Order: sequence, then structure tokens, then C-alpha cells
Amino acid sequence: MAADVALAPSAEETERVLAQPSPAAAFWSAFRENRGAVIGLVVVLAIVLIAVFANLIAPYSPIEQYRDAVRAPPVWQSGGTWRFVLGTDGDGHDMLSRLIFGARVSLFIGVAVMSVSFVVGVCLGLISASLGGIVDVVITRLMDLIMAVPSLVLAILVVAILGPSLANTIVAVTIVYLPRYVRLVRASALGELSKDYVTAARVAGVGPIRLMLSTVLPNCLAPLIVQAALGVSDAILEAAGLGFLGLGAQPPTPEWGSMLADSREFIRSDPWIVTLPGLAILITVVAINLTGDGLRDALDPKMRRS
Amino acid sequence: MLIYFLRRLALTIPTFIALMFLTFVAIRLVPGDPVEVRVGEHGISPERLAFFRHELGLDLPVWRQFLAYGWKLLHGDFGVSLATQQKVLTEFLTLFPATLELSFFAMMFAILIGVPAGAIAAVKRGSIFDQALMTVSLFGYSMPIFWWGLLLIMFMSVTLGWTPVSGRIDLIQYYFDQPTGFMVIDAALSDQPGAVLDALRHLVLPAIVLGTVPLGVIARMTRSSMLEVLSEDYVRTARAKGLSPFRVIGVHALRNALLPVVTVIGLSVSGLMAGAVLTETIFSWPGVGKWLIESISRRDYPALQGGVLLVSAVVMLVNLIVDLLYGAINPRIRHGR
Repeated sequence: MAADVALAPSAEETERVLAQPSPAAAFWSAFRENRGAVIGLVVVLAIVLIAVFANLIAPYSPIEQYRDAVRAPPVWQSGGTWRFVLGTDGDGHDMLSRLIFGARVSLFIGVAVMSVSFVVGVCLGLISASLGGIVDVVITRLMDLIMAVPSLVLAILVVAILGPSLANTIVAVTIVYLPRYVRLVRASALGELSKDYVTAARVAGVGPIRLMLSTVLPNCLAPLIVQAALGVSDAILEAAGLGFLGLGAQPPTPEWGSMLADSREFIRSDPWIVTLPGLAILITVVAINLTGDGLRDALDPKMRRS
Repeated sequence: MLIYFLRRLALTIPTFIALMFLTFVAIRLVPGDPVEVRVGEHGISPERLAFFRHELGLDLPVWRQFLAYGWKLLHGDFGVSLATQQKVLTEFLTLFPATLELSFFAMMFAILIGVPAGAIAAVKRGSIFDQALMTVSLFGYSMPIFWWGLLLIMFMSVTLGWTPVSGRIDLIQYYFDQPTGFMVIDAALSDQPGAVLDALRHLVLPAIVLGTVPLGVIARMTRSSMLEVLSEDYVRTARAKGLSPFRVIGVHALRNALLPVVTVIGLSVSGLMAGAVLTETIFSWPGVGKWLIESISRRDYPALQGGVLLVSAVVMLVNLIVDLLYGAINPRIRHGR
């Protein structure tokens, strides 16, 4: 009788096991604690929605010029009307519509750069860590080289070769941010490779590609995800900088940085043309950074910036 | 230490050669034939074309061209600017002090505010000051600095009229020799009353703009590094000995907390150069960054090539020095791998 009782799990035991949160729930409860991160996430989601539904939300086309209302002031200034809530720019584009479509452009750049550099970075990093030898040296040196050139200067060089455009901005910024991912993956993969579970997998006959992708990689993901989140905001800033210099997206593409490129002449007369696009960049980048910091704290308590 | 130095140097040289290769390849990938760019749009006879190609060494195999390029670089020949017909190295050296002066003041701004603020925030952890500083620092390193510059010009220069909008000094009022290239020093040497003040007034906004991102990073770094140090045993011991809080925090804790901060400062040199491109463009600051952008719009590829190489070489050199200094301060680095 006594043995039977011992074999069946007690009610409390069952409850304890059931009550143990799933990884996702544990992550969420850790993330939720951080008020800033939640605010950041909400703002990011709002910007994503704006970007996705830009053509439903925006009152006008972002490239339509209203020559009858060039540099119309926003509604709260004297002379402003509800026709152009945030006013118009020097070419008579509706600012609000350009800002809304600009969210689409900026997020697209950020996500595109992040995805490509993430995938390429993971591949190069894993190759570098698993093969070692001359391949490792070549990849590491190459990444050192990219890191030695100041980010914007390298991007300028790439754009000089390829020509200024939205697509080439993405290429340039991807090259600039690639080393971060490669180094991160390489370092954490090297750390994992020496651990027992990897040896065990190897002894069990797991092939080299599967070993790297399904045994080692999942254990390197936490810092990578954080890097990827923060990488989106860096990419948006970098691309906006290129746009500002006239080397990024070309007019009339509604890119926030390039909207600022010719705005200097309006500093005195029409300040909203200067303030609004920059504010959009700042809000987006701050929100993504807040979310990224929250991710870092929730995913990896060791990296917590107390 | 010598072995550490040599190993660190041995790592830098291949990177530099690769950098030479990168700029060498880049200039060949740029659309347009260098000879045709040079002779202009009027056609020339095939013989003249061949002569020019030979003169520029373009008829040689690519690897010989690369060796010739490297050989020239070693002799300080970074090519000739198409726009000004001046040597690229000469132009760089004329403009670099302006960038250096700007970067120096930007870093001073970032360090002199960031380190004390970060340390105070760590000591008063969780206070309103701490929270405010963390928010400011978040906005600092998220800032699109080209926009920040425009905003500052808008308020400080246009609305308030406190600071000039562009340039390094009022050229109508002040004109003097520039033996050092650093405007503040040259102004001081010039004996013209008010010149130093005017140079500083020109410098303040660009320095704030360029220093904003480093300020955010340094304040945050100092705070977290200080928090770590404050929980160490030797700080508790110092407290227990009855040392004044000021001495414990200022001497025992801060000195140790600054090690990682020094690294961050060293690493931010690359970011400073990138930021200088934007800052100099906004404020018409006649430095290397503005020159690079102008070289692109003028399609002055030799200047661009030499400029990128020189700027990167400076960054590599600074990183090397920082690494060596760090190795000298912290023996664990130099003995570790």
C-alpha cells in the first residue's frame, strides 16, 4: 500500500509541475516587470501598425505635390488648417502622409539590414568557429577590417561604388553591421563547442552541420536576439544619416533622414519641416532601444545592466 | 609587455594591408574610367589614351598595380585630388586638425559630464536623479545627431542668437596665421582680443552635437561599472576603516570603475569619426568629414580613396594605442589570450 502511494505523484507535486511557467511565460513575466520596455514595445507595435497600414491611414499620397499649399503650417500654428494637419514641406508634400509612409521605409530598412546581417553573420560565425584554421583567420581579419573603418565612412564608400539608392543603403548598412553578428556568434559558439553536451552529441554521431545548427546555435541565441533588436535601431539611424547626406533613399521617397536633407533652409521660416521627421526617427529609435534593453534583461539575467 | 606589444602589432598589420586592398579595389569598382575622368569629356586619340594609361600604370597586371599602390602609400603618396590638384595627404593634414579639435572638445564634453553624472547616479541608485540620467542617456545614444544639430542651431543660433551658425571663427573680424591648425590655440597665439572666445563660441554647438552619443554611452557605462565596484569587498573594507564617503567613492571605487570606461572611450573613436562626417556637414566645419562628403559629390575618387584610408588608419592607430595602454594598466589583458 505504502509503495503505491509513493509512486503516484501527490496533488501538490502535480500542481507544482503544472504551475512552472513555460519559457515564453517566464520570459514575458520578466519582460513585463520592466515598465520602460513595455512602453517601448507598445510604441514599436504602434509604429509597425502605422507602417503596415500606411496607405489606409495616410490622408494623401506621400509623393503628391500640392503646389497651392507649399510650406503650409501645421494646424496648431496661425494659418494652419485641418487640410494638412502637420503642414506641408517645401515641395507641397503633406508632412503627415510622408511621416506615415516614412515609418514603412525606415522599418523596412531596419528589418532588412537586421535579417540579412543576422543570417549571414550566423553562417560566417558558425563556419569560423567550427572550421577554425585559415578560414577562421580570414573571416576574423575581414571583420576586423570592416570594424576598423568608421561606420558611416564605410557606408559612404559602398554608396560611392554602388550609387545612392534605398537598396544600396541597405547593402551598405548591412556590411557595416555584419561584424557584430559574426563576432558574437563566433565567440559564443567557441564557448559552447568546448562543453560536454557538444562532445556528447559528436560522440553520438551528429554530423558537423547539424551539430552547429541544431546543437550549438540554439544555445547562442539569447545574446544574438538582443543584438538583433538593438541592430534594428542602429540600422535605422545609420540609414537616416546616409539619407540626410543625400546618399541614401532618393527623393521623392519619403525617408525620414532624406526629408531632413534639404530642411536646413527652412530653419528660420518653417521649423516644422525640420522638427517632425527627426522626432519620428528619435521616437522610433528610443522605442526600439527600450524594447531591446528589456529583451536583454529578460533573456539573460547575467547581462542585466543593474 | 614587449611580446604583447608585438602580438598586437602583428594583428594590426594584416588588417592595414587588407584596408589598402579594400580601398584599392573600391576605386576600381567605381563607375567610370579614371583616364577618361581625367581627360574630360572631349575624346582623345588612342595613342594619348595609351600614354595616359601607361603613365598611370593602368596597363600593368592588377597585382603589380596593387604593389605599386602599396609602395606609393609607404612613401606617403596617397594620390592627387582631382578637384584641387593637391596631394591628398597634404589636404588631409590641413583639414585633420579641425576634426581633431572638434572631436577633442566633444569627448571632453562627454567625459566631464558623463563620468561624474554616471558615478552620482550609481551612488544614488533608484533616485530621481538616477532615473532622469538614465532617460537622458537613452535619448542621448538614440539621437539622430544631424537632427539634433539642426535643432540646436534653430534654438541657440536663430532664436536666441547666442552662437554662430557655422564655421570655426568669424573670418571678417579675425584673421591670423594658423601654425598649429587648432583654432583655439592659434587664436590664443594671435594676440587678437576676443579671438579665443569667438573660436570657442563656434566650437560649442558642434562639440555638444558630436559629444551627445558618447555622453549617453559613457554615463551609462560609468554607472553600471560603478555599481559593480561599489559591491566589492575592498569598498566595504574602505568604508569599514572609517574613510569618508567622498574618499571611498572618489578614490577607491571610481578609480577602479573607470577601467571599462577608458575602453569605451577608446572604442568610441571610430564612432566619433562617423559622427564627425554628419556634424561637420551640418555646421560647415572645415574638417575631414565634410571633405569626404564633398569628394563624393565632386566625384573626386582619389581624395575619397585616400581619405577613407587615412581616416581608418587613424582609427586603427588609436585603437592600437588604447589596447596597449589597457594592457599596461591591466596585466590580466596582456597575459590572457
